[in-house]
Amino acid sequence: MDLGGINPVILIAGLMATSVPILLAALGEAVVERSGVLNLGVEGMMVVGALGGFVVAVHTGSPFLGFAGGAVAGAALSLIFAALTQVFLANQVATGLALTLFGLGLSSLGGQGYNGIKPPHTTGLLPDALAQIPVAGPILFGHDWVVYFSILMTAATWYVLKFTRIGLIIRAVGESHDAAHALGYKVNRIRLLCIMFGGAMAGIGGAYVSLVRVPQWVDGITAGAGWIALAIVVFASWKPWRVLAGAWLFGGISVLQLNLQAAGSAIPVEYLSMAPYLLTIVVLVIMSSGRSKAAMGAPASLGQNFHASR
Amino acid sequence: MIRLEKRPSPSRFWLYATPPVAVVLTMIVGGILFAAMGKNPVAVIRTIFWDPLFGEFAWYLRGQLLVKAGPLILIAIGLALGFRAGIWNIGAEGQYIMGAICGAAVGLAVFPTENRLIFPAMVIAGAFGGWLWAMIPAILKTRFNTNEILVSLMLVYVAQTILAKASTSFLKNPEGMGFPGSRNFSTYPAAKNGYLVESLGLHWGGVAALVTGVLAYILLTRHIAGFQIRLAGQAPRAARFHGVNPTRLVVMCMGISGALAGLAGLFEVTGPAGQITIDFNTGYGFTAIIVAFLGRLNPLGIVLAGFLMALTYVGGEMAATNLGLPSAAIQVFQGMLLFFLLGVDVLTNYRFRLPAAAATVGAK
Repeated sequence: MDLGGINPVILIAGLMATSVPILLAALGEAVVERSGVLNLGVEGMMVVGALGGFVVAVHTGSPFLGFAGGAVAGAALSLIFAALTQVFLANQVATGLALTLFGLGLSSLGGQGYNGIKPPHTTGLLPDALAQIPVAGPILFGHDWVVYFSILMTAATWYVLKFTRIGLIIRAVGESHDAAHALGYKVNRIRLLCIMFGGAMAGIGGAYVSLVRVPQWVDGITAGAGWIALAIVVFASWKPWRVLAGAWLFGGISVLQLNLQAAGSAIPVEYLSMAPYLLTIVVLVIMSSGRSKAAMGAPASLGQNFHASR
Repeated sequence: MIRLEKRPSPSRFWLYATPPVAVVLTMIVGGILFAAMGKNPVAVIRTIFWDPLFGEFAWYLRGQLLVKAGPLILIAIGLALGFRAGIWNIGAEGQYIMGAICGAAVGLAVFPTENRLIFPAMVIAGAFGGWLWAMIPAILKTRFNTNEILVSLMLVYVAQTILAKASTSFLKNPEGMGFPGSRNFSTYPAAKNGYLVESLGLHWGGVAALVTGVLAYILLTRHIAGFQIRLAGQAPRAARFHGVNPTRLVVMCMGISGALAGLAGLFEVTGPAGQITIDFNTGYGFTAIIVAFLGRLNPLGIVLAGFLMALTYVGGEMAATNLGLPSAAIQVFQGMLLFFLLGVDVLTNYRFRLPAAAATVGAK
């Protein structure tokens, strides 16, 4: 069952794995933005998470601890952003850019001496026999545990944002920080926790790149995945299930272009590797065409700092 | 607990004091970082900030300052115009690459013709290439309301793949024995951006940077367009009543910053870099964001900030060769500088008050 040298089963199984980094990072950023904070430092947190995860996994030999290390590294970096924007009330756009520049530098500084090492293998979750089932096997059962974790996190984020008190508070802070403050919620503290959640998720996403996707350490390993994650949040109208759909769409394009490269397509390799970035632009245009920010579902206080004068 | 209190009007003192304070704080924390890496912090800081100006090889390194500062200043001034108006072009790196490719393509197309008009034509093509690349996010923003931050950034990655393609196929040196990279402009006098004053490191790019600094200052302080830029950034509602056309403003700011980034790319590729290679771009487009903020988005401030940032590049290279400091450490150092700048900036609009002091003010 090959279509132009591409097997659709492998394509679907591949896109589920390929999309994990952007899915996790975008879920985290969706929560951050729902709380009214625009953190453009996703790329920086991802790449630092990628290094943190890689270093911990190599030294402990445990991929699970590696992912935990990635989460800690991402969250730690996000604390810088949180301190600057929530305590020192710095411009969020500029601080986010600074975080990315700093993160890229920090990771290439810390990553020296880790080139050419192979990280421990991240294993599958389910027995191999299940993955052998034709068609459904590779798609449903053949993945490593992080893939299932990412889908679980989509459901969890959706549930918490939509049905729980915590989610209501986060959304209130993001829609109108003055009203939330008047109700007695600590706006900046809630935002700080959301930012750290976003950092941890970006860190895990980054760790998936260095531990599973590549898997080794190279400078700037995330190659713009963090920026694509930011675009997916817009594409998804800040809704978790749509984030999943967006991430899989991008994962699909990435896998497809890689498969086309491998299948020896007539299109030059360079133009194929542009595809995910061009698709991001096209999707952004379609999503935002002729609609105001509010009509797209953007949180009303997005990007505005809060200072309690009373 | 100490609390923040909004100032009635921004502090002029802190407006100017923020950059030096941030630099000093960065030196201190950077020094701790270097010490943690097992280097002598004093030696590293001296190598970066003192030796290029007054050290043994200063006669050569001082020239290198302008070479590095030129493109940073050119790009940062363009970015600052947009940032002031709330238009975030962060894809200058892509515009820089496209400017270099377009300009170089014009020169290489007529190789080996010798004519005085070739270099000016390349300069125009370079500016045009950067302008064109910046028009994509500008028009998508004005026509479709698309976020310019994400689009301009995505286009950096697209530009990088085009650069890879250019250096391995359509601009590749036919006599290059199969190695990637274009012909070297240093062997092509009509297209070469040589030094005008070798000891100062002054080439046409440096001239353009300094002239642009002055022109941009005049634009911002003396021209209606500059007034509109400042108004749109500080009070978008007032700008609308004043009749500022937002579409025109976006196209103008993005266009200027794109053209300036393209110019910087062209001057770099025909001068210091010498040829189109897969990685001739060294991230000036991103570092320029730091320069723009360090210069307080003020063209004259940016000229100074550009030289300071060039100092970290030149001194960083020195520290790399003499003291074995990894070049990534300089990148971290530059990122830290921006953090401190943004953090200290709080003092421009707010002041810290102890609760006791606040209480007495309240009692009056």
